[in-house]
Amino acid sequence: MKVVKTVKLYIGGQFVRTESGRSYSFNKPGTENQYMRLCQASRKDFRNAVEICRNSVSSWSSRSAYNRSQILYRMAEMCEGKRLEFSTIFKDCLDVTNDRAEKMVDEAIDSFVYYAGFCDKYQQISGSVNPVNGPFHNFTTPEPVGMTALIDSDEFNFGSLIDNICSILVGGNAMVVLLGSGCPAILAPLAEIFATSDLPSGVINLLTGHLDELKQFIATHREVRSVSFQNEREDVFFDMKEASIDNMKRMVPRHKNVKSLDNILNFVEYKTVWHPIGY
Amino acid sequence: MASVSVRMPGGSKITIPHYPIDMIGANERASTFTKRSIKKESKLDALYTAITMTDLTTLEGADTPGKVEQLCGKAIHPVPDQFMQELQRLAPSRTIRPIPHVGAICVYPEQVPIAARCLEGSGVELASVATAFPAGQLPLDIKLRDVKRAVKFGATEIDMVIDRGAFLRGDFQKVFDEIVAVKDVCEDNAHLKVILETGELKTYDNVRLASWMAMEAGADFIKTSTGKVAPAATMPVTLIMLQAIWDYYQETGIKIGMKPAGGIRTAKQAVHYLVMVNEVLGSDWLHPTMFRFGASSLLNDLLRQIFKQYSGQYYYDDIFSLD
Repeated sequence: MKVVKTVKLYIGGQFVRTESGRSYSFNKPGTENQYMRLCQASRKDFRNAVEICRNSVSSWSSRSAYNRSQILYRMAEMCEGKRLEFSTIFKDCLDVTNDRAEKMVDEAIDSFVYYAGFCDKYQQISGSVNPVNGPFHNFTTPEPVGMTALIDSDEFNFGSLIDNICSILVGGNAMVVLLGSGCPAILAPLAEIFATSDLPSGVINLLTGHLDELKQFIATHREVRSVSFQNEREDVFFDMKEASIDNMKRMVPRHKNVKSLDNILNFVEYKTVWHPIGY
Repeated sequence: MASVSVRMPGGSKITIPHYPIDMIGANERASTFTKRSIKKESKLDALYTAITMTDLTTLEGADTPGKVEQLCGKAIHPVPDQFMQELQRLAPSRTIRPIPHVGAICVYPEQVPIAARCLEGSGVELASVATAFPAGQLPLDIKLRDVKRAVKFGATEIDMVIDRGAFLRGDFQKVFDEIVAVKDVCEDNAHLKVILETGELKTYDNVRLASWMAMEAGADFIKTSTGKVAPAATMPVTLIMLQAIWDYYQETGIKIGMKPAGGIRTAKQAVHYLVMVNEVLGSDWLHPTMFRFGASSLLNDLLRQIFKQYSGQYYYDDIFSLD
């Protein structure tokens, strides 16, 4: 007998149902065949995720760069272990060839490894020692911007999704990800990667649901310090940007960059320290 | 029906009913109170009411005069002016009700003089735990001196702990006598809240028995927990105590107050408790003189939810002080 699976949300390191009790069907592309059911996250699910996520920022950002690097590399290993599961989902949901599905997993693993290598390097590249006119040692270092929301693309691209997640993660930020409608079926194996790679719980939270329902709450929630908007819908981006003016949220628009230092620097703040050195 | 007998100081005998509680029924009934839909203005009313019922508590070994002063300031003015100004800006068409002060501050006896000075004339009550809180394992004369000192320095409410060891070994007379003695010391100067520490009483039957015993001995309030023992306040235990209060009221005409304490951290939980109080005891008990929450972090969530109700937006978590 075949049963249809309902994939839960991933909040605070736990797989939970939406508090609203709602779910929706995810069909194979171009068909009416139900592939699985997904929880439809409500604003309260988002709120709960933000609360947990916010509290986890310090536990992640205070890790040494070396340890963050190890954990990102561990994610690459766990992703490798789930190669077959991901490939099957891609073939089923996206109607791609076996080679293409394998290549998508390769791209994701490449991103994990690329950003793992950057954990202890981006500060050195983007930070500086500043010449100042006085007896001070003056230096500037990047620090995490804090809790970030990632709005995923509806045109599914696994490599891009992982790239966006890692670029937020590297700097010591925590995030709530709203998966796009392209292939939300990856939530379960993706969450299992994060749950089994020594990442502190709550640093990455995965939601499925409808952007139109949640956009207002994401844009106005004061604890969301930045939004990586990778969805195609420009109208929603401008709505959210307008709604977030009041709380001065950083809105990072959709971009095509992959494996880039710029992606990391979108989610850092710079701190300049003046330290007296005497004459 | 089984019963327990104790003697009043004058020698008269009091019979306290002691019968089994249907545990599954109590749990089920308590869970039904979490399913009410309280929205919009009703929710706002509940949030404001819960603030007036909060006993803002700090009971740590590391308590300092500075911390108590800070907590008293928060009790009188729970939010900074900036909060109200921002709320009015985001909800210009609405009349923002001022945030009331909390019901009381709850501190250790050593901090009572400081708190009394800070709260003078504010309308916020000053509760002090006493009787060798939280264990209650000291001789009675020392417990009474503890209470006398707290009352003398300005405590208007005394939260006493019962001797759970005596209760569990069946020495009900000792438990009863101690409550009577403490009530005698409080006289008309302070309200007496009796902490049952339900997490240590093992069974719901015991909770019911201890509740009734405390009420017979002169408690003005009965309170679930010290907050130092898990589980602290739970919905079913509170329900059993509320039912005992109702039955006692039916029998004697005396209204006893209730204070769940420990583990109530969210506005949602607080609203569930208010629903339960309203449905078990009625609206007469929906008043700070009859119902209190013993909590510390609850207040911040109540304020956050009030902000959300008015503005439709979630506020910063760290805008409010942690203590």
